[in-house]
Amino acid sequence: MSDHEYTPKSRVGKWFNDRLPLLTLANHLTDYPTPKNLNYWWTFGGILTFCLITQIITGIVLGMHYVAHADLAFQSVEHIMRDVNYGWLIRYVHANGASMFFLAVYIHIFRSLYYGSYKSPREVIWIIGMLIYFLMMATAFMGYVLPWGQMSFWGATVITNLFSAIPLVGESITNWLWGGYSVDNPTLTRFFSLHYLFPFLILGLVVLHIWALHVPGNNNPIGIDIKKPSKDTVPFHPYIVIKDAFALLIFLLIFAFFVFFSPNILGHADNYIEANPLVTPAHIVPEWYLLPFYAILRSVPDKLLGVIAMFAAIFVLVILPWLDTSKVRSTVFRPIYKQFYWFLVADVLILGYVGAMPAEGIYLLIARVATAYYFAHFLLILPFLGFKEKTTPLPLSITEPILGGSPDMAMARDNSNYKEKL
Amino acid sequence: MRNSLKLTFFFILVSSLFFSKAQAAGEQHDLLEVDWSFKSFFGKFDRASLQRGYQVYTEVCASCHSLKHLSYRNLVEKGGPEFTELEAKAIASNFEVTDGPNSDGEMFERPAKLSDKFVMPYANVQEAIAANGGAYPPDMSVLVKARKGGANYIYSVLMGYEEPPAGLELDDGVYYNKYMYGNKIKMSSPLDEDIVEYSDGTKATVDQMAKDVTTFLQWTAEPHLETRHKLGFRVIIYLSVLTILVYFSMKKIWSRIETKV
Repeated sequence: MSDHEYTPKSRVGKWFNDRLPLLTLANHLTDYPTPKNLNYWWTFGGILTFCLITQIITGIVLGMHYVAHADLAFQSVEHIMRDVNYGWLIRYVHANGASMFFLAVYIHIFRSLYYGSYKSPREVIWIIGMLIYFLMMATAFMGYVLPWGQMSFWGATVITNLFSAIPLVGESITNWLWGGYSVDNPTLTRFFSLHYLFPFLILGLVVLHIWALHVPGNNNPIGIDIKKPSKDTVPFHPYIVIKDAFALLIFLLIFAFFVFFSPNILGHADNYIEANPLVTPAHIVPEWYLLPFYAILRSVPDKLLGVIAMFAAIFVLVILPWLDTSKVRSTVFRPIYKQFYWFLVADVLILGYVGAMPAEGIYLLIARVATAYYFAHFLLILPFLGFKEKTTPLPLSITEPILGGSPDMAMARDNSNYKEKL
Repeated sequence: MRNSLKLTFFFILVSSLFFSKAQAAGEQHDLLEVDWSFKSFFGKFDRASLQRGYQVYTEVCASCHSLKHLSYRNLVEKGGPEFTELEAKAIASNFEVTDGPNSDGEMFERPAKLSDKFVMPYANVQEAIAANGGAYPPDMSVLVKARKGGANYIYSVLMGYEEPPAGLELDDGVYYNKYMYGNKIKMSSPLDEDIVEYSDGTKATVDQMAKDVTTFLQWTAEPHLETRHKLGFRVIIYLSVLTILVYFSMKKIWSRIETKV
């Protein structure tokens, strides 16, 4: 953190800060120069932090009342809903909180895709973000198993069975994951243990994510490098804090609407039926936020290849900073990429839709086309576009919207150039 | 502000997408729609209907369907049928539960108390299946939440018994139901006119009983619904006021610099 030197005013503060520079850190965080032109799509980082903390707090309370046992789990959830003081509220916040968390993370990711926030020098922020996203999916999946309803049980069965596609050792791995020969009590207890652990791993990664962010500083809607601090920046506090608070409150209003007036709309009715290994539900579907990947999985006729395609769908995101060859960050200056960006958004929404439908007939066909396009976007269109696309001129700074900047980022990155030119 | 409007719009768009999806799939008859008193933002239960619904449950459903997550004390609690404590105690004492071991180490039978769970009609799932021609009468505690369509679905199934369409052969003990998934149900039509005699003088038509028992089952599935709606309304008001205050604070703070927020 390359800030100016900070010395606490009080002697006690100075004494403490010399030994553990917490006050320097606090000062860094409040003074942190932030681009002044950040739009509301940039408020989701704060919203996501709020979501994570909410999930951890409500989760810890739920863990006090929940019983991780195949015979008692469903009953203990009903106990929480009926007998624990405001247990219904805590559980509904936790369950809907997961959906809100994913809604926010998808907006956060697509914001990054739009404004090129994953590009140099922010690749590490992006990769840590993808790790967080991956852990979030694992955590949410295991959390959904805990109530031990029909969808919990059969969802767990379908997903853990994926590992059996691995040649030679697949079956052993699946049995190892289950702790037996089918999804049963040992599976439930280990899922509970890991579901409790993972959020803290995520929390650690979030700290790294923010740390890595504070090295180059925020990207911004026009995607050019800015001098910090300068006329282009505002201190994080109070400007960004109050703006994030406003956005968070809007988010909370929607969150509250779900919790209080439609708490079960995002879940599946079958999960209020106790798990029964002898009765398979008509359609096994994961939670909505996993549907695009589920669609990719099912669109490939071969089981092993399907699993590989699903994991590859996440992996192409991890290596995205090197797949996108364009030097210009913001889509604002990339007229052709802008079209493809919205195609990708539509493609992912379509994948989500067909993921919820039975994998047959027209749905399967759509899923296949959409899957092919998804990979084409990252593996063909993005690398190619970077060389061919004619980008529009970049402004020199945020405050001085003078055109004539060069799309050559090496030049754009070096602010001293501008002064000479001007 | 324009940006935040856009944001809100995006939220609504995304969530509505998932709403519409949740409702798709299946070639079913459209469910009967009832204007339930517990729907809507301020929705509350109709107390009298809950009490009548309890009567229908006890006299008709309870011989096969359990309510294993409920206790007799729930009948007294606020937001439910709100029987008086005396009434609920009388209801509980109609049932025998096994308690013990006593000081001699023996189990014994005693009348149920308010703190006891609802006594189940069968000792276990196997007995329930054996007694019902191979079909398990599901526990009704969260039945409304466990079926797509919720209260409307339960009501529709109760109203949906019909003669099977010509050409459809049904096995013994299988009945045709317009709204049941797959249209086949192993429960014969449970409601007949005047099968119960309401103590409040309401005419016990099939429609009335179906509505009452569905209302009751909505409550058993979601016993804190009234608190939830009431608290939710306050939370929304609180958040709205806070949002407005923070919005103007934000405007004020950002007015120090020449950048729109």
